[in-house]
Amino acid sequence: MNISSEAFVLGCSAIGAGLALIAGIGPGVGQGYAAGQGASAVGRNPGAKGDITSTMLLGQAVAETTGLYGLVIGLILLYANPLFAKL
Amino acid sequence: MGLAKAPMMLAASGNDVDFMVHGLIPLRFFGHQVWITTTHVTTLIVMVFILILALLARREIMKGSEKPEGVQNFVELLVETLDRLVWGSMGRHWRPFVNYIGTIMIFIFISNTSGLFGLRPPTADYGTTLALALITFVLIQYSAFKTSKLNVFIDLFKPLPILFPINLIGEFATPLSMSLRLFGNIMAGTIMMALWYGLLPVFAKLGIPAFLHMYFDLFSGAIQTFVFAMLTMTFITDKREA
Repeated sequence: MNISSEAFVLGCSAIGAGLALIAGIGPGVGQGYAAGQGASAVGRNPGAKGDITSTMLLGQAVAETTGLYGLVIGLILLYANPLFAKL
Repeated sequence: MGLAKAPMMLAASGNDVDFMVHGLIPLRFFGHQVWITTTHVTTLIVMVFILILALLARREIMKGSEKPEGVQNFVELLVETLDRLVWGSMGRHWRPFVNYIGTIMIFIFISNTSGLFGLRPPTADYGTTLALALITFVLIQYSAFKTSKLNVFIDLFKPLPILFPINLIGEFATPLSMSLRLFGNIMAGTIMMALWYGLLPVFAKLGIPAFLHMYFDLFSGAIQTFVFAMLTMTFITDKREA
């Protein structure tokens, strides 16, 4: 069976994009942990709900960045593949 | 295979699923091929919309009364909320920055939610978010230099001089991470909506997308607006007090 080099790069890029999105595990765990801590903080001190929520959202957004790097790598591999230029 | 010669990033992605930026008008610019893209058009639409809102608010404020009601009330509520937000996170040096924060918040929020009206959000193009993040980066460095002069550069050599390259990378990672965060979130929402509309049968497109729009456009867009503004304020305050 013959595989052309374009098809090989395409297939490997698709696998690579899938692997890149494994990065989503980390932010998922981190955001869930932050949300849980936020919920328990509101439970202890309901008066500070506003401050706790905004701090929690800010922290979650920062934690999300690594997952988004994975997403960007996946998008680049699928739609703006730099490896094609090297064929 | 026509794949290899497709102009990357400007190519349609195939079949019915379409969420990429399209080039509309080719231009020659110092020998480079550049394009007027759909992002420019949607950015213009967003700008015109903001302009109309601003003129409306101005007219209401000009004939404003002692007891606010209607649109004037809403505008005053917005301005007071913004003031309180900026004051709450920047403390005593909030005054010079409140206009900038308000501007980027209005622009980013209306851009993010423009997906509701069938536009492709301008913030789902990396060019837009990188420009926003670079403006913030310049503002951070400028305001830090204005208050603490050469200490900005001396701080790069703390705690150990050998850490200078890492500190420098850390400085330049700020605009990168801010722009990628906004871009990634809005792009992810755009892709999800395009996949839903492009791949599913007709009966799945009735009613259900309303909830998806509510999450990906309204909720995610508002959160990202808030986060971008909060991070801008936090970085500016941190560098000023350093």
